[in-house]
Amino acid sequence: MTHATSQGEIEVVEADGVIRCRGAWVLQFADHLQQQLKAHRWPADRDILLDCKQLEAMDTSGAWLLYRLQREGERAACRLTVQGLQPAFTALLGMIAARSADVDVIQGVQRGMLERLGRRFVGHMNQVVLMLSFVGEAALSALRLVKQPSRIRIRPLLHNIQSAGFEALPIVGLLSFLMGVVVSYQGAEQLARYGASIFVADLVGLSMLREMSPLLTAIIVAGRSGSAFTAQIGTMKVTEEIDAMRTIGIAPMDFLVLPKILALIIAVPLLTVYADILGIFGGMVMAKTQLGINYSDFMDRLEDAVRLSSYLVGLGKALVFAVIVGVVGCFQGFQVSGSADSVGRQTTVSVVQSIFLVIVMDAVFSVIFSWLNI
Amino acid sequence: MAEQALIVEVDRICTRFGSLSVHENVSLDVRQGEIFALVGGSGCGKSTLLREIILLQRPLSGSIKVFGQEVLELNDEAALPLRRRWGVMFERGALFSSLTVLENVALPLREHTKLDSGLIEELAALKIALTGLPASAGAKYPNELSGGMRKRAALARALALEPELVFLDEPTAGLDPFSASGFDELVKNLKESLGLTIMMVTHDLDLLWRVADRVAVLGENRVLGIGTMEELSQAEHPIIREYFHGARGRAAWEQAWKQK
Repeated sequence: MTHATSQGEIEVVEADGVIRCRGAWVLQFADHLQQQLKAHRWPADRDILLDCKQLEAMDTSGAWLLYRLQREGERAACRLTVQGLQPAFTALLGMIAARSADVDVIQGVQRGMLERLGRRFVGHMNQVVLMLSFVGEAALSALRLVKQPSRIRIRPLLHNIQSAGFEALPIVGLLSFLMGVVVSYQGAEQLARYGASIFVADLVGLSMLREMSPLLTAIIVAGRSGSAFTAQIGTMKVTEEIDAMRTIGIAPMDFLVLPKILALIIAVPLLTVYADILGIFGGMVMAKTQLGINYSDFMDRLEDAVRLSSYLVGLGKALVFAVIVGVVGCFQGFQVSGSADSVGRQTTVSVVQSIFLVIVMDAVFSVIFSWLNI
Repeated sequence: MAEQALIVEVDRICTRFGSLSVHENVSLDVRQGEIFALVGGSGCGKSTLLREIILLQRPLSGSIKVFGQEVLELNDEAALPLRRRWGVMFERGALFSSLTVLENVALPLREHTKLDSGLIEELAALKIALTGLPASAGAKYPNELSGGMRKRAALARALALEPELVFLDEPTAGLDPFSASGFDELVKNLKESLGLTIMMVTHDLDLLWRVADRVAVLGENRVLGIGTMEELSQAEHPIIREYFHGARGRAAWEQAWKQK
């Protein structure tokens, strides 16, 4: 297969019923050849001589085109005779003819719209089932740990508390401070209009404690730590470390999943308390600069406005959000299948899904609390 | 046979990783139309040499010519026409995991030719059929395939642009004996019908006996011997002797004799 010099082409001599194949029938010229073949009109029901004496070179693409030429001819009910084909090319053509049935099938099995839609739907349904069974498995392992607390793995637990909790302090602090500033700023103008400026303490206190702090913390933790859980477990799955762990007799549930979820259960409520404090502080600063409310007046009003139950409601939510982020992050990590691409995809899914579930859960809480009048 | 053109010429290559020397004056030639195999113990620099030939890594000194052209001085742009004349099959397939097998094989055609999409798909499907993959494999993603099927798909992609020279890195590693011997046949068939030149790195002694025309043994940072399997099995060098006359080597040798 040397580099061909002359372009491959066909010459049709209509009168004698001869088609001459000339030059190099190689990939380089496949475009030109295909256009020629397309333009060729077959006469119906004739004897045609396919003259290949001047065929200089042929690769699989060329052989495929020649094979197609033959097939189209036969379809037009012409009787083709091939002449002067070099033995090497004949062998190649034979090999391709033998495989041609497969070629049609390979092209044919591309999935249609409906099939893809169906596969997607079934895939999502399977996800739900798998997720539930994962939650069940994790709960069983957690129960075993409660029976034998000595089996709790302290080192990974502490490590996770540090990375998911302690290292998140600056970002959670800054954002909740800013959130307090924003809430206070938005409320201040409206309240001042009614001469009820002091109620800004109620607004900031309740909204931070009940809603903002837990939600903000959960979203930050989902982005920082939930994604990290997925990527870590997913990569370990790709490199078969999870399988190795199983064969050594260490349950991945005990070693990887529970310390992470437990770490979040401890860290997220603590972060939420921290966010409460900084959020209210932000509100206080804004109230002073915009409405001229003293810190001491603000604190007095806050004591009256916020009851213990508001604080506990926020903490309870934080606990539930922690479990959601932890479970989704770990579960998506185990859903990674074999490729680098998949790690990235599952990480995205993990973050989106946990934030989605956190917000849905928050709405559910609102409904429940309004029933219970808390 | 001595008049065949040289496709790959490796001349006095030296490679170092930090203070660790991998190649010292390694020289070898691959002739047109032959199946050339590179063997040697783990870590002797076989794959490194292959990577240097296909321009993924640079040696410290020496010269490498492919199709008579010095490759070490080429920049990426200048190397493109050369890269299109060879195909590479990586050890673990290296199929793009976000594309189906058919799309994987079609990708080089889409990138480098102006053919219309129907013909590209036909040609890609043809390559897949030629490597003996079942027809259902085309629409699957690489992670849905077994190891052996993935290697075949990788070979189909390596063949997509009708290369004259194909590099195979460990073509049978990780395959069961049955798939591996299927792969032997496949390589041999494709070489004969397409007139390819094949250079491969392998540990598989059965593959060496069955398909390799010439073999180079690397060891102690240099080429310990080049020749046909028969010639090498007569060689005196202790490392070559150990390689070919260890228990596994002997079994493969006897197997090869029985078949003749």
